[in-house]
Amino acid sequence: MKLLVTLKRTPQRDARIRISPEGAALDLENVQFEVNPFDELAVEEALRIKEARGEVEVVVVSVGAEECEQQLVSAMAMGADRAVRVHHEGELDSLQIARALAAVVEREEPDLVLSGKLAVDDECGQVPAMLAGLLGWPQASQASDIKLSEDASGATVVCEVDAGLETVSLSLPAVIMADLRLNEPRYASLPGIMKAKKKPIATLGIEELGELGSARSRVTGFRALEDKPPGVKVGSVDELVQALEEKKLI
Amino acid sequence: MTFKAPDYYQLDELYSDEELLVRSSVRKFVEERALPLLPACFEEGRFPRELIGEMAELGLLGANLEGYGCAGIGPVAYGLALQELERGDSGLRSFVSVQGSLGMYAIYAHGTEEQKSRWLPELAAGKKIVCFGLTEPDFGSNPSGLQTRADTAGDEYILNGNKMWITNGSIADVAVIWAQCDGEISGFLVESGTPGFSSTTQKGKWSLRTSDTAELHLEDCRIPSDCRLPKTTGLKAPLMCLNQARYGIAWGAVGAAMACYSEALDYAGSRVQFGSPISSYQLVQQKLVDMLSAITASQLRCQRLGRLKESGAVRPQQISLAKRDNVAMALECARNTRDVLGANGIMEEYQCGRHMRNLESVKTYEGTHDIHTLILGNDITGISAFGEGG
Ligand SMILES: Cc1cc2nc3c(=O)[nH]c(=O)nc-3n(C[C@H](O)[C@H](O)[C@H](O)COP(=O)(O)OP(=O)(O)OC[C@H]3O[C@@H](n4cnc5c(N)ncnc54)[C@H](O)[C@@H]3O)c2cc1C
Repeated sequence: MKLLVTLKRTPQRDARIRISPEGAALDLENVQFEVNPFDELAVEEALRIKEARGEVEVVVVSVGAEECEQQLVSAMAMGADRAVRVHHEGELDSLQIARALAAVVEREEPDLVLSGKLAVDDECGQVPAMLAGLLGWPQASQASDIKLSEDASGATVVCEVDAGLETVSLSLPAVIMADLRLNEPRYASLPGIMKAKKKPIATLGIEELGELGSARSRVTGFRALEDKPPGVKVGSVDELVQALEEKKLI
Repeated sequence: MTFKAPDYYQLDELYSDEELLVRSSVRKFVEERALPLLPACFEEGRFPRELIGEMAELGLLGANLEGYGCAGIGPVAYGLALQELERGDSGLRSFVSVQGSLGMYAIYAHGTEEQKSRWLPELAAGKKIVCFGLTEPDFGSNPSGLQTRADTAGDEYILNGNKMWITNGSIADVAVIWAQCDGEISGFLVESGTPGFSSTTQKGKWSLRTSDTAELHLEDCRIPSDCRLPKTTGLKAPLMCLNQARYGIAWGAVGAAMACYSEALDYAGSRVQFGSPISSYQLVQQKLVDMLSAITASQLRCQRLGRLKESGAVRPQQISLAKRDNVAMALECARNTRDVLGANGIMEEYQCGRHMRNLESVKTYEGTHDIHTLILGNDITGISAFGEGG
């Protein structure tokens, strides 16, 4: 069995990100990066499937410049077997990334694609769904529990939806997106980190992957949220009611 | 929230990806698994045994050794791992140092193939614990005079003597015991449960309370002759082990200092007195800057020391300088932080008091501050100032 996990290099979750003075770009100087936390859950899930079933290969894939190999190595230090990096510098929109990944999926022919439900940097949450669409595969999003059938022909996935939990049954191959409660990712062990050095990273030029089309959306600017104005203290319920009335809130 | 370590000179750029991965893994472990337990363990005077399994799984035990189930990471990565552990607590780092750099290293460097394959895999897996018995009630700074004896009796040795201040002493499955044998100092592996071998936990410590410390007693304790570490002839053998551990302490101390500095910086930014955060006053800024400056110097020292160790060129005296100065630096940071935090600085919910108390032990063990001064003095003048017995 082969599992493909897509992952993105994103700024560390509590990094303080500044916007360049003209609002044209993010200032990512001195920012540390990590594997997008939701993708890390997907890696962990793949490793658990591997540990439970034995004969499973876990391949991690990322689209990006050379730096994102650090995150691929992180995933291999956790236990993934090998990595594929689609080389690209600069911006791509979600559909272009999904097309690139679909081309990788066609080459790798995995039984299952796992990904995070969204990337914490832009929070688009579009790529895996588009990937499933392009491949014509079933998908399950916001997964908090994944069970593969014994013969690996299908999966039962518990998805977190607004009203509660929804159980979805789908046939493989499929795309499943990890949500926060799916598992608790392991720490990369020191021997794992040493082994990761020797695991292969294949690099593909994005131009090898066929026509990705032109971008249909692009980021035009950034603006920081304004600070909330400070609150006021009121002395009594009457004052509160009066203050709310003055602001026409009641 | 992941800890943001001060890195004023952008030293992170000089670490390899692999070294940074090791640091980030251990940092997460300390943050999420160890720090929630440590203050209570310190209060109870208890070593958190429940963390041994997880530390072993991470590969922290004997991490810098090759083979036998050890991770085989380089000296800089090992240093960074210990730095993170000691950011949590010196007691936790002490456990790992004694298990790996003293106990396992003694077997690794001085043992037979049989001894290595019998002990190292289980010690790396945390299934067995080892301690290192050099210090005695009457021989601390001057171990060359130690009095524990090993006498040959047929195909056995008979051990007699007492050890004191032995980290992991009451939880160890096997002890490396240093004893006089045929006129020179030699190492022996003594298993717990061997008749004539016992330990007493040393209670009442106000420092390193998350670490187990014990006295060991050997009374006509008979062990088979193949329990001797064959390559140990003379004081140089235990000193080789101490060098490994001192190297790790040099890094560890920086972790404790960084924990204190971050706490002081955070606190000073939010504590308002006389209408402004105390970090806006020059005297407080000076304390913070002194800490940052000292930490930066120690970080540089560690990194250079690590690269020297990597190339095999490091001298023991260079390790002495780093152990001596980094621990003194960390202790000063802990005291300064205690001061910046005012009354809160004496409370358990802040870290500086715990680090301050721990670092008093770290200053003393593995060669006191002053003993390292004498080692360095001897090195630069060629004159030994240890006194007659030295
Ligand atoms: C928590 C803890 C854990 C420990 N763990 C271990 C362990 O696992 N294994 C082990 O073998 N040991 C261990 N030790 C022992 C430690 O290594 C010794 O305490 C240390 O070597 C100092 O010895 P001492 O305490 O006997 O002090 P002493 O040697 O009596 O020194 C007392 C003072 O005299 C000074 N002094 C001594 N000689 C000279 C001199 N010639 N010139 C100037 N000043 C001098 C010292 O610097 C010090 O300030 C541990 C100690 C502690 C506190």
